[in-house]
Amino acid sequence: MPTNQTTAEAIRVMTICNACRYCEGHCAVFPAMERQTVFTQNNIDFLSNLCHQCGACYQHCQYADPHEFGINVPAVFEQARRESYTQFLWPTFMQPAVLHGGKFMATTLLLAISLFFLAIVGLSGMSKIFVPQVNFYNLMPHSVMAGAFSLSAVVVVVSWWMTLRRYWHSISLPSPWSIRMSTYRAALASALTLKNLDGGHGEGCYESGESPSLWKRRHHHLVLIGFVLCFFATLLGTFYHYSLNVPAPYGWLTLPKILGVTGGIMLLVGCAGLFWIKQTADQRLVSQDNGYGSSLTALLFLTSLTGLGLPIAKGTGALGFLLAVHLGCVLALFLNFAWGKFIHGFFRLIALLADEHQKTQ
Amino acid sequence: MTSITHFDVIVLGGGLAGLTAAITAAETGATVCLLEIAPRALRGGNTRHTRNLRPMHALGAFPMEGAYDFDEYLDDLLRVTAGDTNHALAELTIRESNHALTWLQEHGVAFQRPLSGTLHLGRTNAFFLGGGKALVNSLYRFAVQLGVHTIYEATDIALNISGDRFVDLTYQQINNTHRISGKSLVTAAGGFEANLDWLEEAWGPAAKNFLVRGTPYNKGDILRQLLDAGFKQIGDAAQCHAVAIDGRAPAYDGGIVSRVDSVPLGIVVNNEGKRFYDEGQDFWPKRYAIWGRLIAAQTDQIGYAITDAKAEGLFMPTVLPPLKSTTIDDLARQINIPADSLQKTIGEFNAATVSGSFDHQALDECHTEGLPINKSHWARQIDTPPYSAYPLRPGITFTYLGVAVDDRARVQVEHGNPSENIFAAGEMMAGNILGRGYLAGIGMTIGNVFGRIAGREAARHAN
Repeated sequence: MPTNQTTAEAIRVMTICNACRYCEGHCAVFPAMERQTVFTQNNIDFLSNLCHQCGACYQHCQYADPHEFGINVPAVFEQARRESYTQFLWPTFMQPAVLHGGKFMATTLLLAISLFFLAIVGLSGMSKIFVPQVNFYNLMPHSVMAGAFSLSAVVVVVSWWMTLRRYWHSISLPSPWSIRMSTYRAALASALTLKNLDGGHGEGCYESGESPSLWKRRHHHLVLIGFVLCFFATLLGTFYHYSLNVPAPYGWLTLPKILGVTGGIMLLVGCAGLFWIKQTADQRLVSQDNGYGSSLTALLFLTSLTGLGLPIAKGTGALGFLLAVHLGCVLALFLNFAWGKFIHGFFRLIALLADEHQKTQ
Repeated sequence: MTSITHFDVIVLGGGLAGLTAAITAAETGATVCLLEIAPRALRGGNTRHTRNLRPMHALGAFPMEGAYDFDEYLDDLLRVTAGDTNHALAELTIRESNHALTWLQEHGVAFQRPLSGTLHLGRTNAFFLGGGKALVNSLYRFAVQLGVHTIYEATDIALNISGDRFVDLTYQQINNTHRISGKSLVTAAGGFEANLDWLEEAWGPAAKNFLVRGTPYNKGDILRQLLDAGFKQIGDAAQCHAVAIDGRAPAYDGGIVSRVDSVPLGIVVNNEGKRFYDEGQDFWPKRYAIWGRLIAAQTDQIGYAITDAKAEGLFMPTVLPPLKSTTIDDLARQINIPADSLQKTIGEFNAATVSGSFDHQALDECHTEGLPINKSHWARQIDTPPYSAYPLRPGITFTYLGVAVDDRARVQVEHGNPSENIFAAGEMMAGNILGRGYLAGIGMTIGNVFGRIAGREAARHAN
């Protein structure tokens, strides 16, 4: 039995869609829908996360408003997805982070920046913070930064583990070891290429209206690749620091810097693009999410912006303040990894995996 | 308030036929105005509810499987129409359908492999990716880019026809009257299946119990004006394509999801609880079209498809669940038919079934013997609760009555030459080719083929 209004509406919509099936060629959702014999909370949790919000099925729906059926798959699935993030989130007392994403971001950002500002003041004294600095480790030792973020990373990974295993089981996926390698490969390929944002004809998605566009897919690629480059830049920096004994800051032509700067610029462009797409989206496809979706875009953007600002501020009195802001952004981003929009990537990957797995059954 | 505007070509109706004509004319450089009676969100007439067309094609044409040549296509058309077709126009349609896929793809329409459950159409029919509304959106986008002047909610269109020539017309839009003139007029405004008064003229009071599967805007106003102006009628009003659909579907625009595919798996009774036709004569896709008429002939135009638990999961899921019960008596009460009569019908049916191996995907051995109306296939005893009942009503899809045209899509005058500047395309003239019967996807084919012809000829006349 449906447990709430959103699920009940999603089941109503899927029942009509399953009798129509015209959208079968657009994405993975509809063929997956046809495999279900009944619609339940569990397969709505699966199908809604399989939906990439491309909007094709809405723009092409003969039963959309003003038809009395009022079908709108992307809108109800967006709502259902967010409810699934809330429902499976660990620990449950963090659920307000999903329900009030914008407030959560603002609060964590403010607290984190203040925390780092006070830490810098505490560690190096008020006298040093506005004095021109070349090396930010003079303001905050590497060990303190590494310690703080390692601890955060542990919290993030534990939260992911607890949250995702609950989702994994709820959508009836078997043990990870019993799933074929080829299934993993297929799911990963769909995720990395964003196959489900191509509309089925390769011309893209319909979030902004009746004309297909590839821009959402491209901007998402920029964000994802930019993020991965920055992640590797950080890993490489850690390797340089501990294994090669070469501490930051690095020159412009060193590998960590090249990866970081390239990634950072890609993140800036990608996030700005995604933000712009969201602003110009067909409003019928999106629902009020209290800033949940935009908070990840905003944090990635701010983190990149302040990160790219650090080498520019080197040798000026702004470095100390900028460092506090940047580290605050990174910490707020870590909290978003655990409890914010960031987890959509994992939910979607698991849904894609479940889809590929069902196809093999 | 009246403003006058002049165009080379005016197109009435914005479904596939009208859009094709408007685009074709505009591509020759003609100035084109397209009047659509529906608001933007409901534009596209019945094209909005369609999903495929039937093109003649050689081997290897995407998205088709196999080849479908001229002779086979013509054979199929002659068989379903029982010869009720204009041979020259039928052959023209089939020849020209060869270019339909390319034309649509060049104008932004995407195709896909056949939908699941329609695999038997994979060789003959090309499916629109996302269905008819996706096609409609693509073609409007293309038309607007070409500069076609598109007007929505253009109601109360009144044609000013002098002799057999179109002069100008007026229409209402948001309580304003506008007058536009054109050198040529393409009429592509659909049939009259949503006009229950007109249907009643042919069907009597039974028409009031018909459900309209498609657009509520196909009232036949333009068709009526052409006939009243003396253009030649083809077909008669009693001919319509009606299928058996869920009796609880919306009065209009129910479309594809109102279908009920359980008929061959059980029995169908009228509201006296009696069977009236062989439910297992052939596969449902080949028979649903006759069931509309069969049900229209029953008292109150209603029937009930009754199955037992054995049929569950063997047919396409429906939007509304069936009425269900563990006893026949209670089911009869729910559908308000005499319980003893239904018991008797099912008892006699069960006793007449002959044992054999059941296969719902083949014309199997299960049939009945000795009944006044036997069931030829898939006849299994109705004995396993829960029992299900779907109310069935005639769902009207399209009408055959139209205007006669020639091979240049010009509308014909009863005696004499065709009109030199009035053209027709789509459902308004489909009866020239499909005089009766049904061939999946032929309506869209005629719409595109005669849309192109009408657009080309209308523009040629205007220049």
